Amino acid sequence: MAPPRPSGPAHPMQPFTVHEGLVAPLDRANVDTDAIIPKQFLKSIKRSGFGPNLFDEWRYLDRGEPGADNARRPLNPDFVLNLPRYKGASVLLARRNFGCGSSREHAPWALADFGFRALIAPSYADIFYNNCFKNGLLPIVLPDSAVDRLFADVAAFPGFRLVIDLPAQTVATTDGSLVVPFEVDPFRKHCLQHGLDDIGLTLQHADVIRAFEAKRLAEQPWLQ
Amino acid sequence: MPGATLYDKLFDAHVVRKEPDGTALLYVDRHLVHEVTSPQAYEGLRLAGRKPWRTSSIVATADHNTPTKDWDQGIRDPISRTQVATLDENVRATGAKAYFPFRDRRQGIVHVIGPEQGATLPGMTVVCGDSHTSTHGAFAALAFGIGTSEVEHVLATQCLLMKKAKSMLIRVDGRLPAGVTAKDLVLAVIGRIGTAGGTGHAIEFAGSAIRALSMEGRMTVCNMAIEAGARAGMVACDDTTMDYLRGRPFAPTGALWDRAVAHWRTLRSDDGAAFDATHVFDAAAVAPQVTWGTSPEMVTSVAGRVPDPDRERDATRRDGMAKALAYMGLAPNTPITDIRVDKVFIGSCTNSRIEDLRQAAAVARGRRVAGNVKLAMVVPGSGPVKAQAEAEGLDRVFRDAGFEWREPGCSMCLAMNDDRLEPGERCASTSNRNFEGRQGAGGRTHLVSPAMAAAAAVAGHFVDVRRLF
Ligand code: SF4
Repeated sequence: MAPPRPSGPAHPMQPFTVHEGLVAPLDRANVDTDAIIPKQFLKSIKRSGFGPNLFDEWRYLDRGEPGADNARRPLNPDFVLNLPRYKGASVLLARRNFGCGSSREHAPWALADFGFRALIAPSYADIFYNNCFKNGLLPIVLPDSAVDRLFADVAAFPGFRLVIDLPAQTVATTDGSLVVPFEVDPFRKHCLQHGLDDIGLTLQHADVIRAFEAKRLAEQPWLQ
Repeated sequence: MPGATLYDKLFDAHVVRKEPDGTALLYVDRHLVHEVTSPQAYEGLRLAGRKPWRTSSIVATADHNTPTKDWDQGIRDPISRTQVATLDENVRATGAKAYFPFRDRRQGIVHVIGPEQGATLPGMTVVCGDSHTSTHGAFAALAFGIGTSEVEHVLATQCLLMKKAKSMLIRVDGRLPAGVTAKDLVLAVIGRIGTAGGTGHAIEFAGSAIRALSMEGRMTVCNMAIEAGARAGMVACDDTTMDYLRGRPFAPTGALWDRAVAHWRTLRSDDGAAFDATHVFDAAAVAPQVTWGTSPEMVTSVAGRVPDPDRERDATRRDGMAKALAYMGLAPNTPITDIRVDKVFIGSCTNSRIEDLRQAAAVARGRRVAGNVKLAMVVPGSGPVKAQAEAEGLDRVFRDAGFEWREPGCSMCLAMNDDRLEPGERCASTSNRNFEGRQGAGGRTHLVSPAMAAAAAVAGHFVDVRRLF
């Protein structure tokens, strides 16, 4: 085992403090990771470039293939992210159990690559939720009533923006007329706020891990 | 003091240290690796100048992209080929306890080969960049899927950062009726608690009906814990567990086996252990299940009908049902048995083990695939499953009935290789996800048990398999 290197992470995470952005609504429950990024794009061995294929089957009228020129593909004019009023959106408003299905981190990679910095929904699938934090994407849980209200506001006010304040743990309208608090795990908040590489953090405890491992393998040698 | 749950025991035994807020550094015993979710992790490791912490924890295989026929021609899709070659290269460069590459005799779906090789053992933490890692919980292991950043974290540190989940008990009492399988049971559970019902929880499946299941049946149930929203599903250790493991290639032997078994016997929830949530089911009331929508919770019994969104009060649910029916091309109130299928897929980490193939073959034996079914395919979960089935003559049974008999892999479960549905095609599938486009863009998936899939193949539409016995 190589000694832990003090060097920075291979893919530094963008820190998240306060973000203001245009909100796009995706009004359906149980949006799964197959919908977020279809399987043919998982063949890539890179971490980037998934944005043009975010929600591919809803966004385009033809079938997407890796390597195709997405700029030339026919867009589905009815799909919400294709509407001009949501161009440049960086906050995605969604319904319950967002990100259910597979563990593919390509889903948050695609959302982040598209330009989203934060998600707002009543609930998320566990693995997806976890994966977001590793990629500088903040998944915010708000109660159904608050999410309903935001869906109504987005529909009513073109150009509707929200200010997301991670240190203060609030979602607010730009005029401050609505301020909703949200919960986030302190450790996750800390890592996201400072863009910390959690491998580096863990390796600070390498000795403790090594001692734990030695004892475990001695007691249960069949685990070797 | 209430007793400890199985989940408590497994989690607590792996805590290396804790942050003040309760986030634990959890030690990983077994790391399963496949080609789709690992390349970026290995690359990240390399770029940071790090090495895998303990390569003897790693068992790797290529399964998602690999073709299921014409193996002599290799992998034709260049992008898939690159991904598989990248895994070859990464494992070769850094090492592993075992690697079953494309065309290896023991290659197969990662969740089939782990238990088959005895690489999954009771009391382990088992992780993989794959949500169906929950499968391995059938062995009283704490097994769950992780994202690629976490794959890199495990490679680099042998640990994961996580908080303890809540615990959920799903107790299934009584006996499953003849012709009703573990798959029907777990679909019925998801139908009741919903695809988010287990979110934030680790589920323990218990009760006499679970005890009565074989290890393969338990794996089917735990496999779909993730479809109920739970990262981990698990079953306590008992004689069935030991009998399955004895003599497996990576299982301990001799005195070590005895020591291991003594420890494994403790891997059960204590009497009176408290769970955060409990659901009780009656196995005798479960009938063969068929999904009608685009989420595994959209399921009913084969005797049922496609539901009518107009009768749903909740607006979000109603809207979801209407969207699902439009996608599935189904009218409300259609009897399930009136739904005709174009393709049949028997395979996936849910249902591609030898008992699954035996159950499907029992239905196919002496019958023919119906004329309206364009393709009925059987994809064994691994090389050893395939060899066993061939030794029992099951391949002949399937071929004689008009099924295609393929090489092992994930295949049309997620259609990353050539096996896929065309737009509008309808499939009876033994896999675990009926999401839009899962088996091919525009494809329509109905999840069923292997026996029900075989029955749909020979009838040309869904039919209660119990009527074919
Ligand atoms: S068989 Fe399907 S669900 Fe299982 S690992 Fe392969 S793709 Fe995933």
